[in-house]
Amino acid sequence: MSEVKINKESPWQDLTPGGTIYDAGNSLNFKTGDWRSVKPVFLSDKCKQCGLCFPVCPDNAIPVGEDQKRRDFNYDYCKGCGVCAKTCPFGAIEMKEQ
Amino acid sequence: MSIRERLSGNEASAIAMKQINPDVVAAFPITPSTEIPQYFSTFVSNGKVDTEFIAVESEHSAMSACIGAEAAGARAMTATSSNGLAFMWEMIYIASSCRLPIVMPLVNRTLSGPLNIHNDHSDAMGIRDSGWIMLFSENNQEAYDNLIMAHRIAEHKDVCLPLAVCQDGFITSHSIENIELIEDDKAKEFIGKYQPEHYLLNAKEPIAVGPMDLQAYHFEHKYQQAEAMRNAKKVILEVAKDFEKLTGRKYGLFEEYKLDDAEIAIVCMNSTAGTTKDVVDSLREKGIKAGLLKLRVFRPFPAEEIAKALKNVKAVAVLDKADSLNACGGPLFTDVTSGMYVNNLNVPTVNYIYGLGGRDTTAKDILGVYNDLQEIVKTGNIDNPYRYFGLKRGEK
Repeated sequence: MSEVKINKESPWQDLTPGGTIYDAGNSLNFKTGDWRSVKPVFLSDKCKQCGLCFPVCPDNAIPVGEDQKRRDFNYDYCKGCGVCAKTCPFGAIEMKEQ
Repeated sequence: MSIRERLSGNEASAIAMKQINPDVVAAFPITPSTEIPQYFSTFVSNGKVDTEFIAVESEHSAMSACIGAEAAGARAMTATSSNGLAFMWEMIYIASSCRLPIVMPLVNRTLSGPLNIHNDHSDAMGIRDSGWIMLFSENNQEAYDNLIMAHRIAEHKDVCLPLAVCQDGFITSHSIENIELIEDDKAKEFIGKYQPEHYLLNAKEPIAVGPMDLQAYHFEHKYQQAEAMRNAKKVILEVAKDFEKLTGRKYGLFEEYKLDDAEIAIVCMNSTAGTTKDVVDSLREKGIKAGLLKLRVFRPFPAEEIAKALKNVKAVAVLDKADSLNACGGPLFTDVTSGMYVNNLNVPTVNYIYGLGGRDTTAKDILGVYNDLQEIVKTGNIDNPYRYFGLKRGEK
């Protein structure tokens, strides 16, 4: 499996024809968090680890550890849709202006 | 020994496809190209080819299926005309930007509306900036030969672009002419196998085709396409040279018919060139130095070569079988004059829009053009460069 070796300064000669990516699982390299206008803030003291928030995230912006407990948001991919905040029964997620 | 046959342009195209034996053909019927997939589907039913034939529900799906198949690593073909091509239009650009060397016979028919099934080039002109290589064919022999050469050009590593082989609807597609076919084994050997370096069905290398391509990369990818189109010119000539060795039939970017010492010249494409040659012959008998430049390779456009070929003539007429409706001439005229200007060639040049919607183009019409050119040479007076012939005009 090849690694993607291009960046935003790469000349046309270095890009693959048609932009084909000779690699799998590369959506991780596409950070979509900058689309966000409001961001969720995780209030860990109010969180009961009920597990309702992370399944509703349309991306994978709420990491969950091996202990099945959620961690703070991964803002690289969170687009600020707010579904998690609506779902939380304990007010542990607040939406704030970016 | 090559095989002497008599075939219509559509039959000739279908037979070329039989010899190509593509992995996938996805097509939807539309006049006048319908017969190509129709004949081809009988080859599939009779086990003459190994092709997976997909009877899709539209031309948009036909091109989409070809894109999927070609990206998977297969050789994929389709055929269409007119509004069928228009319906493909969105996917036409995807095929070229994904650098998939799909080959498609395009049987030229006017683009509705008004609704009409007959020949002009308005369908083809709709994809002239889409990154497809476009070859034009005067007769059934050229339609066949261009298809046999097509994959070698399209799949070349310096090119990797889709390719359309144009011929005139009905005039060529449905007229039966004598033709010389290459034997199956020799044709197959000439065409060769498709061996893409990267393809979706390669389990050892999972790839993503056609990903999001934003501000940082899109421009460079378009430049790659432009560069591939520039490379295509050389490849087209190399393939033509090999083809000549095989068949004795010589092809270039265009054909110069009695153009060497010509004083007046017509530039045109497809079947009109046949009529024009006849008129050139009759003018030559009268001592009039008429010539013809028949364009074969419309994309990439051989601007520099055309300017060079026309450098000694005294007047040129560019015939467009499509109007740009832009108040400044047809697409071929715009390209030819642009090429002349950039290459410092200043020869009086006029445009004629003709033959729209299948209006007959006669030897008398073409003779009229040469007469006009003689008048221009004599008087130096062009008056209106944006002209029409074959149009019925009333009194003012």
